[in-house]
Amino acid sequence: MSPLLEVEDLRVSFPTEDGVVHAVDGISYSVDTGKSLGVVGESGSGKSVSSLTMLGLTRSQGARIEGRIMFDGEDLITMPDSGLRKLRGNDIAMIFQDPLSSLHPFFKVGAQLTEAVLTHRKVSKSAARARALELLEVVGIPDPDRRVNEYPHEFSGGMRQRAMIAMALANEPKLLIADEPTTALDVTVQAQILALLEDLQRRLGMAIVIITHDLGVVAEIADSIAVMYAGRIVERGTADQIFHAPQHPYTWGLLMSIPRLNSPRGDELVPIAGRPPSLINRPSGCYFHPRCPYVQDAHRRVDPRLAPVNGDDGHTAACLLDPGVRTRIWEGVQSGRDVASLRRLAGSGSSAAGGSAVGGSAGGGSEAGGLGGGASVSEARAPEAQQ
Amino acid sequence: MTTYIIRRILWGIVLLFLVSLLTFLFFYIFPAVNPAQLRAGRNPSPAIVAYIAKELGTNKPIYTQFYDYMKGIILHFNFGFSYYSQASVIGLIKNRLPATLSLTVGAVVMWLCAGIPVGVLSAIKRRTFFDRAAMGTALVFVSMPVYWLGLIVLYLFAADIGKFPILPGSSTYVGLTTDPGQWFTSLILPWFVLAATSAAIYSRLLRGSLLEVMGEDYIRTARAKGLSERRVIWKHGVRSAITPIVTVLGLDLGTLLGGAVLVETVFDIPGIGRLNYDAILHSDIPIVQGTVLIAAMFIVVANIVVDISYAYLDPRVRY
Repeated sequence: MSPLLEVEDLRVSFPTEDGVVHAVDGISYSVDTGKSLGVVGESGSGKSVSSLTMLGLTRSQGARIEGRIMFDGEDLITMPDSGLRKLRGNDIAMIFQDPLSSLHPFFKVGAQLTEAVLTHRKVSKSAARARALELLEVVGIPDPDRRVNEYPHEFSGGMRQRAMIAMALANEPKLLIADEPTTALDVTVQAQILALLEDLQRRLGMAIVIITHDLGVVAEIADSIAVMYAGRIVERGTADQIFHAPQHPYTWGLLMSIPRLNSPRGDELVPIAGRPPSLINRPSGCYFHPRCPYVQDAHRRVDPRLAPVNGDDGHTAACLLDPGVRTRIWEGVQSGRDVASLRRLAGSGSSAAGGSAVGGSAGGGSEAGGLGGGASVSEARAPEAQQ
Repeated sequence: MTTYIIRRILWGIVLLFLVSLLTFLFFYIFPAVNPAQLRAGRNPSPAIVAYIAKELGTNKPIYTQFYDYMKGIILHFNFGFSYYSQASVIGLIKNRLPATLSLTVGAVVMWLCAGIPVGVLSAIKRRTFFDRAAMGTALVFVSMPVYWLGLIVLYLFAADIGKFPILPGSSTYVGLTTDPGQWFTSLILPWFVLAATSAAIYSRLLRGSLLEVMGEDYIRTARAKGLSERRVIWKHGVRSAITPIVTVLGLDLGTLLGGAVLVETVFDIPGIGRLNYDAILHSDIPIVQGTVLIAAMFIVVANIVVDISYAYLDPRVRY
């Protein structure tokens, strides 16, 4: 069965006074019906832009959009706005980060819900109202008869997000895009909302794309995960693969930075050094190289592409280090080995796998050490990286 | 909410009391001349001055005078007697009120019909030719003195003296009940003059307000729900952006009801503003005093209404 949603080589860039912002730089992923994909990355990684583009909500900003977004067999990028409007809030629904600012403060919650229904369904006002009450119940808001006549500011944070979800579900969407749905909520409420989303997904057979910077959120709910960095996907795989056998130093950084309840009291949090790169002037070579603890000389010149991880079906990573070396480094990180020895490990690397040709600017010998899995694909990119 | 309304009304009354006190001080106590003489007109005979003095009670203690004055206003709606015009002040004001109302209401309708669409369109078509032209024109109108615009308009379009005589000029106003047709046509130019500046201000205000609102998250949500862009702009956007307009409108109405002196003078419309102007020219103090009080009343009431309407416009506002 073909996937419900298939994003192919999506590129979105915005012209600004300071230059062209390459918000999304060639990402591809797919979501099957009834499954959930977690898109994880820091602020500025392009994750929100990719989902807003799906609904055509970036078109008004003078964006340059390339690639294909296939939804149910149709390309959303070439679809005119009139067609997209039929999908928005109907087949594809979206919920946003801050429900207080995302709900209109001047309209009652019930009115906003009935509006969602009446936009796409020709039903009577009373039928729409009945549906609104039904939706409030489905998302677990107590006393819906009273709540339906209240304003958003009269709801608590968690209830508001439930109301947003109710609004998104109004027309039984096939795909729900949740952009940081729990970021503005406190932790206990987060768990409730995620449980709600999971429950709804099961009941309605809905696909979910959940966008977040928090791997903890994604562990709960995602079947597969795409890790984004600087507008690209740097690693993709099932939740199991990403959490148990991550293959990209950025993913390692994200995993190691999750605070643990059972860590000793004096322990410091482990951040990823540095800051996300400018999307106008991106680093040369591998975009992550300025922040990577295991960076090698060649990584400053060669741009890795997503390549399959040996032996792991559906798992891809874009890293110039050899997969075997990466596995050993990760094991080392987890067992608390010191960084210096791990760096040496990265530097030594195994010999370039199968002697694959290393063209372009990548030098031979020990300098190129670790160009295993990524090399065959990165050749095509290397001349560009030189520019 | 009810407590808020009651509180505002009570404070309004306090404010009006203070205005009355000030008016009393300015027109009874401060003048260097005997108040009776002030009201007697030019070259009065001593008999008339004595008569007026007795009527006013100027030989009584100040607080008694003030008490009588306030009693007159509150109980009998008696704002004094104009010896110059030989008529009660309140009677004169009542006579002039319809003209002022006609002028005000018509101008408000005109400037809302012009200002709101222009403001919204300018915001939607930001930085296009339309936007720049509209805002430029608005700036020009805002900068024009009202009386100057009035004279220009008469010079161009008045039936008697204009270059393109298409509309009745000054001194052509008649009451609505007398001749609706002429009432309407005689007010077109005055409405335009009064509306031009306000329409300009309102369109600029709405443009700014709407631009700010359109960047809000709930507008993004409205689009994500699949609403048509028109609905997003008008139902979700303008509804939020209109609040400052309502505020300014209330205040403008309150001020205008006290008499649009300049327009009424240029076009010779018998409104409260004209009454005031003539009274000043003739030193007809009671009328000036009366119109000041009436104007203050309108403004205080307008302020209260505007504040209360805020709670209806924005449900987050809690009193």
